[in-house]
Amino acid sequence: MKEQHKNTKAKKYGMVIDLDKCTGCGACMAACMAENNVPFKKDESNKLDSITWMRVYSLTNGKKFPEADICYIPRPCMHCEAHNGHAPCVSVCPATATDYNRNTGIVSQIYTRCFGCRYCMAACPYHARYFNWWDPVWPDGMEKYLSPNVSPRMRGVVEKCSFCFHRHQLAMNKAYVEGRRELEEDEYQTSCTQACPAGAIIFGDLNNPGHAVSQIAKPDHKHGGRPMNPHAFRLLERLGTNPKVYYLSSREWVRRAGDNYIKDEGKQGNH
Amino acid sequence: MKVCRRSFLSLIIGGAAGTALSPLPLKLMDDSSIWTQMWPWTPVPEDGEVSHVGSICTLCPGGCGITVRKVNDRAIKIEGMKGHPVNDGGICVLGLSGLQLLYGPTRVKTPLKRAGARGEGKWEKISWDKAIAEIVKKLGELREKDKSHKVACISGTDRGTVSQLLGRFLTVYGSPNFIRVPSIQDSYELTMHKMQGVQASVGFDFENADFVLSFGSGLIDGWGSPVRMIKANSKWKERGKVVQIESRLSNTAAKADKWVAINPGTEAALALAIANVIIQKSLYNTDFVKNYSSGFEEFKEMVLNEFNPDDVSQITGVSASTIESLAKSFAGSSKPLAVCGQGRGETPGSLNEFMAVYALNALVGNIDKKGGVWTVPDPDYIKWPEVEMDRTASNGMHKARIDGAGSKRYPDTRYLLDRLPNAINSGEEYPVEALFVAGANPVYTIPDSKAVKEAFNKVPFVVSFSSYMDETAANSDLILPNHVFLERYEDVPTPVGLQKPIISLSKPVVKPQFNTKHLGDVILLIAKSFGGMIAKAFPWDSYEVCLKQTLGNKWDKLINDVFWTDSNFKPAVWGGSFNTPSRKFKFVNKSKAEPIKIEGDKQTYPLILMPYNSMRLASGFIGDPPFVIKTVEDTVLKGKEILVEVNPKSARGFREGDQAILSTPKGSVKVRVHHFNGIMPGLVALPRGLGHTAYDEYLADKGVNFNELIGPVEDPVSGLNAAWGIRAKLTRA
Ligand code: SF4
Ligand code: SF4
Ligand code: SF4
Repeated sequence: MKEQHKNTKAKKYGMVIDLDKCTGCGACMAACMAENNVPFKKDESNKLDSITWMRVYSLTNGKKFPEADICYIPRPCMHCEAHNGHAPCVSVCPATATDYNRNTGIVSQIYTRCFGCRYCMAACPYHARYFNWWDPVWPDGMEKYLSPNVSPRMRGVVEKCSFCFHRHQLAMNKAYVEGRRELEEDEYQTSCTQACPAGAIIFGDLNNPGHAVSQIAKPDHKHGGRPMNPHAFRLLERLGTNPKVYYLSSREWVRRAGDNYIKDEGKQGNH
Repeated sequence: MKVCRRSFLSLIIGGAAGTALSPLPLKLMDDSSIWTQMWPWTPVPEDGEVSHVGSICTLCPGGCGITVRKVNDRAIKIEGMKGHPVNDGGICVLGLSGLQLLYGPTRVKTPLKRAGARGEGKWEKISWDKAIAEIVKKLGELREKDKSHKVACISGTDRGTVSQLLGRFLTVYGSPNFIRVPSIQDSYELTMHKMQGVQASVGFDFENADFVLSFGSGLIDGWGSPVRMIKANSKWKERGKVVQIESRLSNTAAKADKWVAINPGTEAALALAIANVIIQKSLYNTDFVKNYSSGFEEFKEMVLNEFNPDDVSQITGVSASTIESLAKSFAGSSKPLAVCGQGRGETPGSLNEFMAVYALNALVGNIDKKGGVWTVPDPDYIKWPEVEMDRTASNGMHKARIDGAGSKRYPDTRYLLDRLPNAINSGEEYPVEALFVAGANPVYTIPDSKAVKEAFNKVPFVVSFSSYMDETAANSDLILPNHVFLERYEDVPTPVGLQKPIISLSKPVVKPQFNTKHLGDVILLIAKSFGGMIAKAFPWDSYEVCLKQTLGNKWDKLINDVFWTDSNFKPAVWGGSFNTPSRKFKFVNKSKAEPIKIEGDKQTYPLILMPYNSMRLASGFIGDPPFVIKTVEDTVLKGKEILVEVNPKSARGFREGDQAILSTPKGSVKVRVHHFNGIMPGLVALPRGLGHTAYDEYLADKGVNFNELIGPVEDPVSGLNAAWGIRAKLTRA
């Protein structure tokens, strides 16, 4: 077996979501919930307390019939790198319950450390974090489908998308057993990516020029990962959060909607 | 955009505050941690050996391949099966939530017999022997009195061994009343029957089409085999164009390259106007029209006389220039494909519309061609010996069907479930003495819920084979719960709309969780109890034996790979799939197609109510499990209240979120108003799939069932339900 380098190159796992392909079908949301033991309540229509690590928002262009248009935007955690790993949520957590992993670029959430102050929720500009106001309750018998790979959370902690980090661990374990230190692109894929019937979500290492994510988004690593693909954009780019989720759209109004958030701020509806 | 920006933005502000406050005294954090983590109870899922089982999802007619991840004997997650010809790894929101049905609270855990009044929810648990004995007794009595034809059976499908066993039983028992749940499949079958003279299913070579002209079909909203359609849509993004003709900005319209807003119910006229331009400008395929079709001259004359773009633009609201450009791009594409069938395709629709749209395909000669419409023969692996009928059976089989299918009025239609409630209520034919329901939830899915309930109440003996406590099961006398799809064997022939015949095998992923029984075995047990010709028609010891014998040499392949495809299958060459007397394709539309008139008068009901479908709302015989209902947006459902979409222009003082009463000639319900610029002024849209009364607390009593507000409108040719909407009004609550 070939000798492996001790220090493999740091990964920067990220996503590209093609909004032209995304149909708003919601499969990614359910795929995430099913993979990560996400709880549910009798009423989930209050979206502020509805725990959806992956949530599909809908945008409209604000025009009248028949010029109106809709676009769906699936929103996982952006796993912000910000400057040097100081993601907005990471830098405010007093308990170090959320952390930026420099080997993977994944922003973790350690439930046992979290004591529920919810600063991170306030700090996250993408509304990607959710608080467990209640203990999770599965109807009698339904706990049978819970996955042993992800620990169910208790009341009082914050949770969010982990880029299915347990899948990374499982894949790494397997690779180590086989004497490898590096994963193939398809060995580590998130649940939403795998499920999406439209093939709208692509996942991989943004540092790896061979991976589809970096080929498509073309991140400019010298400039905070800004996409060089003219159809690609990131949500709230100018906040400098350096998110690792890129979006593609051929519709200009969609790109603008995701990108600039100050203009016509006064015109918002009642949402 | 509004939703998104506001919530993102509000949190930016919050973020600033959070940062400023972060060095709080530690004591305070202590308090909050005590407060928040008082009862740290959570289950610890048991770890164990991981395995994967391949099977088929049958929660909708899509027939997707699935791979189920297991830990020991627990099913942990359902994923799409890579390499399956339908979905190749993709999966829908409902399929992903299948385990919530398997392990969920809606399961019927053992045979139940009604103990209180119908629908009261009082049940007595009974043994399987007793349940089957009750059925045999009832059916025996009816047969003795020569009333065998008064038994009816509603089935979700008529393909595959289980429904064939049901049909076979009905035949040898002596009832002509096997009724399949309606959908656009009925209309397409009839269209092919009339225009090609064949009994076959329609297949669409979507993956190879380069211009899709859709007359309101919810191509990515659940139409056809849903995952396959979404995958095809992604292909079209790379090479191909989609034009969606619809009065509402559905997801399909939003994703299409072009959305053409049309006055609802006028699709047939538009199709014929497009035909007008194609013929006028000689853009049609002359080879096909000349050599392989008949009736073209009459068709041409009719279309040229009655459907010129200027007149039609008055009716449809689509400008003459748009009609012309649609015709040119359609006929100018190398693989154009026209489809219809509203939304998810639950309402069969107007046969004239289907034939008009089908004629477009014929004009450009894309029948049985790459990227076109294919004639898919029904899979012929079910080759059981002809049944022998005794006198009672053949007498019964000679009686007219209760739903009027095959009658003088509707000679070519095979099933007319939507006519059943009225047939029972009016008592015109004969009463239904016993009703069996399998793989269907008619109490919820048949339009005009009030009439449906009334009809059900008139049937003295209703048996449900549902695995779940759905509305039909809740309103029955006996429930003989089937295993759910993850617990049973079942063959799944070619899913709707697929262009190639395939057979898939759904197989048990886990052992039955409750005291349920395979419907196939239940049929065999009932038949055997009868003895005589009836028992003789079922020479198998068990369903599994029957299935194995039926599939013959395909069994091993199916057990290993889950699906079997006919690698030799190719679309017929022109003429090969035409079985009309002339052996040619037949242009049928001869006279002015009368548009389908919807119920209600304009004076009382100034608006038109239309349904819409969403992938996030299962609207068939399965209701949304908790994960799926969780994905429903708060502009659709808020608490228990449903929101109806109205164009701000026709909102008449109703502000966003206002309560209102939505009334139609069929009923009135409380709703909230949601302003939506994507809907044509004058329309109100309500989603299908809500308003369940049965199932669990995660789904029941949320929103309104569309079928409470609409009744069927009979298509004059087919008798199928062609109601595309109903007149309505919104008044102050
Ligand atoms: S699963 Fe794919 S198509 Fe469906 S909403 Fe998510 S990203 Fe969009
Ligand atoms: S999206 Fe929010 S939760 Fe995720 S890393 Fe960025 S700030 Fe943190
Ligand atoms: S599309 Fe239908 S068959 Fe496919 S996974 Fe979804 S529910 Fe199951």
